[in-house]
Amino acid sequence: MQIAAIIQKCHDLTGKCVDFLQDFCAQLRSVHVDHLERKWINISLLIIALLVAIITIDAFFHGVNPPSKVETIDSAKLHLSKEFAENNLGVQQDANGDIVIRMVAGRYSFFPKHIAVPAETKLTFRWVSMDVLHGVHIPMTNMSTMIVPGYVAEITTSFPTPGEYPVLCNEYCGLGHNHMWSNISVIAKEDWLAPSKLTANKEIKQ
Amino acid sequence: MNDAAERKLALSHLWVAFIAFILACFMGEYQVLERSGFIPALESSTVYFASVSTHGVLMAFVLTFFFIMGFGYYTATTSLKVPVWNNKLAWTGFWISLLGTVMAAVPLLTGKASVLYTFYLPIQAHVSFYFGATLLVVGSWVWCVIMLVMFSQWKKANPKQPVPLAMFATAANALLWLWTSVGVAAEVLFQAIPLALGWIDSVDPGLSRTLFAWTLHPIVYFWLIPAYTAFYVFVPKQAGGFLFSDEIARGAFIVLAVFALPIGFHHLYMDPEQAKGWKLLHGIGTFVVAVPTLVTGFTVIASLEIAGRLRGGKGLFGWIGSLPWTNSMVLAVILALLMLILGGFGGIVNASYAMNAMIHNTAWVPGHFHLIFAGTTVIMYFAIAYYLWPLLVQKPLFSNSMALIQLWTWFIGMSILTTPWHVLGLLGQPRRISSVVYNTLLTLAWKPYELAMIFGGLILLGSACLFIYILAKTQLNPTTEEFTQQIEYAEPIHPVTALPEYLNDFKLWNRVIAVLMAISFGIPILQFFFMETFGSPAWGY
Repeated sequence: MQIAAIIQKCHDLTGKCVDFLQDFCAQLRSVHVDHLERKWINISLLIIALLVAIITIDAFFHGVNPPSKVETIDSAKLHLSKEFAENNLGVQQDANGDIVIRMVAGRYSFFPKHIAVPAETKLTFRWVSMDVLHGVHIPMTNMSTMIVPGYVAEITTSFPTPGEYPVLCNEYCGLGHNHMWSNISVIAKEDWLAPSKLTANKEIKQ
Repeated sequence: MNDAAERKLALSHLWVAFIAFILACFMGEYQVLERSGFIPALESSTVYFASVSTHGVLMAFVLTFFFIMGFGYYTATTSLKVPVWNNKLAWTGFWISLLGTVMAAVPLLTGKASVLYTFYLPIQAHVSFYFGATLLVVGSWVWCVIMLVMFSQWKKANPKQPVPLAMFATAANALLWLWTSVGVAAEVLFQAIPLALGWIDSVDPGLSRTLFAWTLHPIVYFWLIPAYTAFYVFVPKQAGGFLFSDEIARGAFIVLAVFALPIGFHHLYMDPEQAKGWKLLHGIGTFVVAVPTLVTGFTVIASLEIAGRLRGGKGLFGWIGSLPWTNSMVLAVILALLMLILGGFGGIVNASYAMNAMIHNTAWVPGHFHLIFAGTTVIMYFAIAYYLWPLLVQKPLFSNSMALIQLWTWFIGMSILTTPWHVLGLLGQPRRISSVVYNTLLTLAWKPYELAMIFGGLILLGSACLFIYILAKTQLNPTTEEFTQQIEYAEPIHPVTALPEYLNDFKLWNRVIAVLMAISFGIPILQFFFMETFGSPAWGY
């Protein structure tokens, strides 16, 4: 009995919605729109649909997305955290050969102040802030992310062209903001050596 | 109708707006000079960031709020042909906003609120800055209420009648702003002020950025809608023709009001605290809101073409030459559209989810918003001022040719300022730096563009001074001739006699906004209360 009543209610509600939409569409059709204007609206919608399609397809099928890993961290206790303790920062290569770069942003530099990475290699950057909001951009590359205190900003990219690049803070973080920058060397893949500390660790294991 | 009270109300608002504007223009020119590093004596990051914070607040909040309120009161009273509802309340709103402006200006000018106009936490300003900003917004809410009351009272008195387009657009803007300001109001009331007063120890900067993004996009449409209103209700008549379509104009304002709101995450594309699905959703919405702008471009150009042909223009492009280029409103709309086309192209780059990574927070971004706000929007504010000033002070405009020079120089100055600004962004220069101290070869490529920006800024400053001079001279002109000119709203080609209710009212659209906002901001805000987050204490700067 109750189920029948609920079904009836749903039925009525759907009916109401359909009626509303029908009425809405009928009213829409009654509005005078010049045929040229109608054409232009259709063209506009097509342009927008094309742009949206490109972005959506890239996102879903090619994995082109901005840095969006929602991962929290206590920015006040970075030095006590295992991952972002001082001796763990910079470039590291794990057992699978994947390269992870852990960086701390703080007024007014990025730490470590200089790193070297291989060109044409997948790199995973993990950025954290130890104080306020920062942003980081390596000009001429898509290595760009905001570094929000309380969150880990993770971004995966690769650099096609070897060279010396500056690493710039691009969000106002205080009166010394201009001075907040560091360096990165992108080294030809074949010349790049994994950081010695890790190599040493491996040797000990062997 | 004797509208002396309304004229005084509008004029007071507009003067506050333009005084804020001219002060901020001087700061702008100082900033390009300081930033270039050509004059070492000027260099001071303390002064620079105090200046850039004040410039941003004056231009983005004071110029716009007071202009929109003044313009709205006058549009409402002249298009509906009724006095402003509750004149006393309107003045209360004015004084609340003005008090807020002063309360924010004191810490800004004394370097106690160098947090830029986006005031991102956990960097903290003096508490007076937050109270000032709050009062400024509260004053604007008074305006929203008055506009919506006038809208519904008129509808009650004139059932089934189409609301005049100018009022429809103004009401759309009032509704838009009420929704828009909720985000930043929540941020200031629940995070910034309690933190500044020491009631709480920490805030979540991820949440505050999310709330700010709620406001950060639709606010630009709040600024832009008066310009669009002028496109539709003044331009066709001033050009000597008719509005191409009244119904489509209403549709455009509705879509603007509805879709400007649920799309703020394109400011957070590069942020770690929101997931990619939400960003993509807001990204798609960002493209949808481009549709009413494309449609507006068509309608405005079509209206201009009708006017050009009525004035004897022949051939495919002949009508352009026969437009009244010496009419300040017509000249302004042509220049505004040119800047809108270029700025819109830049906007598509910013909106594009992945391409945005190349230009995010680079000099490209201020280049973009100066072109589209200080260019397209503000040049229409000028044109509206030139049109309204004679009506408000009941004296003829001091000099039309000076007004034309002022509009042209603004356009030229803005082109010279913003083109190199965009290029600097592509060359990797961050926005929001007070000087270039990076020891890298890349910065050598930046110098010539910074030099060009100084000249662009100088032209703009001269143009801004000329603008204020024309307004002041018009008002102080000791003429005794009787002034009979009336405000003229454009007529559509096809007069609108009846409209479907949803094109004449906002009740349905208000509900649609509520649903869209719940979808696009519901979970992204609630997530902060369900996951383990770590707050940040307050920091100085």
